[in-house]
Amino acid sequence: MTYGNRLRVTSAAAALVLLLAFGLAFFAAGIEADQGFSQKIFYVHVPLAIVALGGFVFGGVMAVQHLRTGDARYDLRSYVAIHIAIVLGVGALITGAIWAKAAWGVWFEWREPTLVSFLIVFLLYCTYQPMRFSIEDPDKQGRYASVFAITAGAFVPLNFLAVRLADPYIHPRVLNQGGGDLPASFRPPFYLALVGMTLLFAALYQYELSHKHSRAQLRQLRRKLGGEVEATGRSAAPQVTGA
Amino acid sequence: MSTVLTLLRKELLLERRVPQLVPAMSLFGVTTFVVFHFALGQRTVEGDLAAGILVVTLLFATILGVNRLYVADREEGGFDAFLLAPVDRTALGVAKAVTLFAFLVLVELVMLPAFAILLLGPGMDLEVVAKLGVVLLLVNLGLSVIGTLVGALAIQTRARDLIGPLIALPLLVPVVIGAARALSPVLSEGGAGALEGRWLGVLGLYDLVFGLLAYALFDFLLED
Amino acid sequence: MELIGLGRRYGTRLALDDVSLTLATGQTIAIFGPNGAGKSTLLRVLATLLRPHAGTARVLGRTLPDGGWAVRGRVGLLSHEPLLYRDLSPRENLRFQARLHGVGAGRVEELLDAVELGLRADDPLHTFSRGMVQRTAVARAVLHDPELLLLDEPLAHLDPAAAALVEPLIGAASGRTRVVTSHDPAGGLAGADVALGLVGGRTALLAPASDIDVASIGALYR
Repeated sequence: MTYGNRLRVTSAAAALVLLLAFGLAFFAAGIEADQGFSQKIFYVHVPLAIVALGGFVFGGVMAVQHLRTGDARYDLRSYVAIHIAIVLGVGALITGAIWAKAAWGVWFEWREPTLVSFLIVFLLYCTYQPMRFSIEDPDKQGRYASVFAITAGAFVPLNFLAVRLADPYIHPRVLNQGGGDLPASFRPPFYLALVGMTLLFAALYQYELSHKHSRAQLRQLRRKLGGEVEATGRSAAPQVTGA
Repeated sequence: MSTVLTLLRKELLLERRVPQLVPAMSLFGVTTFVVFHFALGQRTVEGDLAAGILVVTLLFATILGVNRLYVADREEGGFDAFLLAPVDRTALGVAKAVTLFAFLVLVELVMLPAFAILLLGPGMDLEVVAKLGVVLLLVNLGLSVIGTLVGALAIQTRARDLIGPLIALPLLVPVVIGAARALSPVLSEGGAGALEGRWLGVLGLYDLVFGLLAYALFDFLLED
Repeated sequence: MELIGLGRRYGTRLALDDVSLTLATGQTIAIFGPNGAGKSTLLRVLATLLRPHAGTARVLGRTLPDGGWAVRGRVGLLSHEPLLYRDLSPRENLRFQARLHGVGAGRVEELLDAVELGLRADDPLHTFSRGMVQRTAVARAVLHDPELLLLDEPLAHLDPAAAALVEPLIGAASGRTRVVTSHDPAGGLAGADVALGLVGGRTALLAPASDIDVASIGALYR
């Protein structure tokens, strides 16, 4: 039940903050001089990408906890964080492509190091699920997944450094990733969108965790009642035992 | 330390008895140069292109080797025999990394002359060789560390030939960037350019970070 | 050696479920049971190669898995796989493992003679018959003079002469504490003090070997 309430609060907060952010972005923030209206996708794309990367690193931190304590709950948290970060990552790549098409006339821009780094990180994390799936024993699966998550988590900043260095020529951009030289009227909606996106991540994270837990509880209850429990089969997701 | 030496001696003995990795990786490298010649339609290459071809060929040869690095241990019970011994388990990782590093050096001794003869436009004088040596030292370190870690991870999965390369390739992109950018001026027409410190820095940092990480994480990949 | 409620899962399947027993130093326990009953899993848990998921296992005075490091090097495992590199010779294999265990080269020669492999000790293992590989594996298992022997069908692939050859090393007369799996009721019971029957990971039979007849073991397989 605790899950249910927390989930409701986080979901409502995420929806509210995101609505407010996008409202401000559309009506209060100025129109960017070079790109015009299409620049508005920035308020979706950049927060998506930042939160996805944060999710990957968070998954790595949970994986460290998993290996240190041996507690399978941390493995589940690491898995869920990475899973949702991958979903947000798809969103970031799609919005990024749309923005690149609108601003520069191409779907992908190699001279934009942030975008390139993001693609490499995303490709690496795409192997997370298949790797889990190809290890049958759940304990081993969890341990190996955590080794992956820690390695990949450390890879995220290192990769950004290498890719950024690789292209000293920075494509004319409206904004730096940090938002440092954002025009003043762009800032409130951007930071609000970032907060909203983080809340969205938190809501999805809690939703998937509670889903996994309630399914495990349901199975346990069914077993207690002596009913049929469908075989779980092989799974890439960590198994939750008990509530 | 003595455990590492014992394991290392076993690896080298195995490779000497039944040479497998070094010949396969070398042959793959040379054949890839031939493939590049036809794919690019170039008689000679230099600069960016030369550096890229060299680094990519080395990368794929490494991945070929990594796929086989633990096969004997896995299929012939070497892992179990090692785990039954009262020794530090990280020693196996260190020994594997040193083995892979040594094999890469041997492979490069074949690949570099072949590259100079088959594809490279500018000549390879002593200065070029020395600069190549410096860069490849750092590259080999990174390849060995990642190869050891990813190989140990992939060997326990059911689809190991697929999973290993899929993880290793993106992980090694920074090495490719550092190596290709560092080597491009060295292999360019009109005399070897200088090595840029920042690329050596990127490679060195990469080796350091993942070296420490692999050292800390390797033990977790051994237990059943 | 003492096991209390030992359990081990593979995925969601229980390979070992609530196995409890005690074995005094120097005694032999014979384990019977059909394929997949959990015999090999039990041996691997005792050898510290698998972590127990439930219950307690005390081996050589240490609790697993935390005390595993102190148990390693004091147990000898002879499993289905020989745990030897096929492309190396018996001498090379044994020397390699002797170094890992901190055992001198003299012990290697002593064992090569004991299992009568002296003449072919330098041929690669993949040229050997299964029986000769098994003899090398026996030498490997006792290389470091282990206090506890874990034997998974130790006499598989061995002819009677070879079985007699390895008897002083891994038989009851070796004076070591032994855990032996077997499919041969009469032979398995002969050298045993205690008999354990496993079916589906559960204890189906546990009694002093002298109280058990061959027929009741045959019943395990039905």
